[in-house]
Amino acid sequence: MDSQRLSLRVPEPRYRPGDTPDYSEIRIEAPGETRRPAVDAPAEDMRDVGYGLIRVLGDDDLAHGDWDPGIDGDALLAGLTVMLRVREFDRRMLMAQRQGKTSFYMQCLGEEAIACGFQAELASGDMNFPTYRQQGLLMAAGYPVVDMMCQIYSNEKDPNKGRQLPVMYSSKQFGFFTISGNLATQFVQAVGWAMGSAIAGDTAIAAGWIGDGSTAESDFHSALVFASTYQAPVVLNIVNNQWAISTSQTIAKGGAATFASRGHGFGIPSLRVDGNDYLAVRAASRWAVERARADLGPTLIEWVTYRAAGHSTSDDPSKYRPKDEAATWPLGDPIHRLHRHLVALGDWSDDRRTALESDIAAEMGEHQAHAESHGTLHDGPKPSRDIFEGVFESMPPHLLRQREEAGL
Amino acid sequence: MARMSMVDAIRDAHDVMMGQDPNVIAFGEDVGYFGGVFRCTAGLQAKYGKGRCFDAPINEAGIVGTAIGMASYGLRPVVEIQFADYMYPAYDQLVSEAARLRHRSAGDFTAPITVRMPTGGGIFGGQTHSQSPEALFTHVAGLKTVVPSNPYDAKGLLIASIEDNDPVVFLEPKRLYNGPFDGHHDGKLVPWTKHELGEVPQGHYTVPLGKAAVRREGDDITILAYGTMVFVAEEAARMAGVDAEIIDLRTLLPLDTDTIVESVRRTGRCVVVHEATLTSGFGAELAAIVQQECFFHLEAPVRRVTGWDTPYPHAQEWDYFPGPQRIAEALKDTLAI
Repeated sequence: MDSQRLSLRVPEPRYRPGDTPDYSEIRIEAPGETRRPAVDAPAEDMRDVGYGLIRVLGDDDLAHGDWDPGIDGDALLAGLTVMLRVREFDRRMLMAQRQGKTSFYMQCLGEEAIACGFQAELASGDMNFPTYRQQGLLMAAGYPVVDMMCQIYSNEKDPNKGRQLPVMYSSKQFGFFTISGNLATQFVQAVGWAMGSAIAGDTAIAAGWIGDGSTAESDFHSALVFASTYQAPVVLNIVNNQWAISTSQTIAKGGAATFASRGHGFGIPSLRVDGNDYLAVRAASRWAVERARADLGPTLIEWVTYRAAGHSTSDDPSKYRPKDEAATWPLGDPIHRLHRHLVALGDWSDDRRTALESDIAAEMGEHQAHAESHGTLHDGPKPSRDIFEGVFESMPPHLLRQREEAGL
Repeated sequence: MARMSMVDAIRDAHDVMMGQDPNVIAFGEDVGYFGGVFRCTAGLQAKYGKGRCFDAPINEAGIVGTAIGMASYGLRPVVEIQFADYMYPAYDQLVSEAARLRHRSAGDFTAPITVRMPTGGGIFGGQTHSQSPEALFTHVAGLKTVVPSNPYDAKGLLIASIEDNDPVVFLEPKRLYNGPFDGHHDGKLVPWTKHELGEVPQGHYTVPLGKAAVRREGDDITILAYGTMVFVAEEAARMAGVDAEIIDLRTLLPLDTDTIVESVRRTGRCVVVHEATLTSGFGAELAAIVQQECFFHLEAPVRRVTGWDTPYPHAQEWDYFPGPQRIAEALKDTLAI
């Protein structure tokens, strides 16, 4: 072959501001089309699943196929309720940031089904290693909303004592590892926690969480190496919400067909799931959790979703993507889809949803007033100013001297 | 009581802790079946099983990252980074994670891990098997940094590090693994079995973190040293004919400032010695502390004798190394002021 002048290829998203997004020609797998392998099937026999898209809810709003988790109506309503609570929580905390009550906030708008659905399949004692967009894990686990708000306000009742950015929650009791704020470090820690459980002969499992953009970090690959080598009881979740701040998923994914297929080279069973389909989320989570619990090793899951809001309150997505892209996103909104499914099952209606939303708004309003009675970032009671406490278990001499000098 | 090498003392510390605490585990590259390239974990897999001592992939970020996860689960991992020079891929996990878990989670999660790594040169290791990166750890809030200089301290400090509930970086001077080193690289190796500090008690004992040791009492000048440079400093004082007080810091963080200040106020002179590069090295911290705490007692400027600000060279390693001749000259110069 003749040599030629080389060129650098830089991937681009399909659409930029000013474009009219059109996803109509993208083929979306029908519910049931991606098969459900046995949980103990060898990884090499299920690679097709990593290129498919596990879906349960059809255009007729009914459940279809082998992945239907068979969840009863009450449990589905509980799932809808927790997603609505997360959305209302996000709405209020976003507003609170705009009102200057905190410095920063991050919504999970449009991604609620993934964390809320996954948490429903975990057991007490299991441990998540989340990113900053998995508030649904905490809320689905029943963590007090007031404590989350106090953390966001960095007030006198902030469980983190004002030391961490808003949304960097921590709760060992509720299976939620302390959020770092840098990226991907937690993914390999999740594998370590799971290895620890295996070393101790425990029954608890771990779950790691990472975004599509951060799969490019070395720690992602470290996690896959260790999970594969030691067959750690861990579920490794990639939330592919299409955007890493302003960077399209194409930059992290490169030439790979799917993020799920990253697991194939490590011999890790890998699923690709419609993350806006609550039933598919529950079914895939259950499958992976069952594998880990049965000591069959790790599972990698790519959750396909869309980050409907900005990366954070410091971000303006209209600068880099079409304003109406979220509305044209082919997988829809997870709350609306589950709502329509409940309506289709009977015993649920738009009116009942409106009433539920009203109850949730009232409840969240009470929580917010309660949290704000303990202070907000710039007003009211503050956390202790003693920043020296807790650097070490016991304070060494140099910190004692510095604390004295600081007058704290 | 038995005389043993620093390698055996480190292995013994593992053995003591793994024997008494099922949560103590050891892993790293070549650490399991083979027992480590320097043999510091030899026999542990056979004794305690593959679940408690095992080989890791060549992935330092993964080794430290999984250790943090295991520690947050409730274990007490002791991991080996094969050479301190290989630590950099794990630096984010140490700095952003292990060092900060306790503070950022207000005590909800902690990282009681010990990260061992051979440090320093003098073995013709070239630039990737010779570095002394201790200042990269002492600069980080939340890490403890330990550098033993002999078998007795190595065992006692390692046990104290494993029992500590905060992350500890444990730097093992590889030039001292098999015997003390006076800096005369063409001399014959004296094994630890010929040295009183090779005397290591059986069973459990600790050397507390944060306490320096006075290796030699003296009145004329204080030498602050740690790790490999302790015995080189002793030889330099002998060559210079100087009555030096030699302080082996043992723990760089927390630092035993009291012992340093008491000595320098008495002698009025101070030379700081380390093998790491000069600029922004730990010696700068020591010089600043001495200047601030002992200014009105000082008869001469604080002098640093260190490795040069170059990569650690291979064929020219003894041109880089701050040997006894350079230290002796600094001692004489400082005493002449």
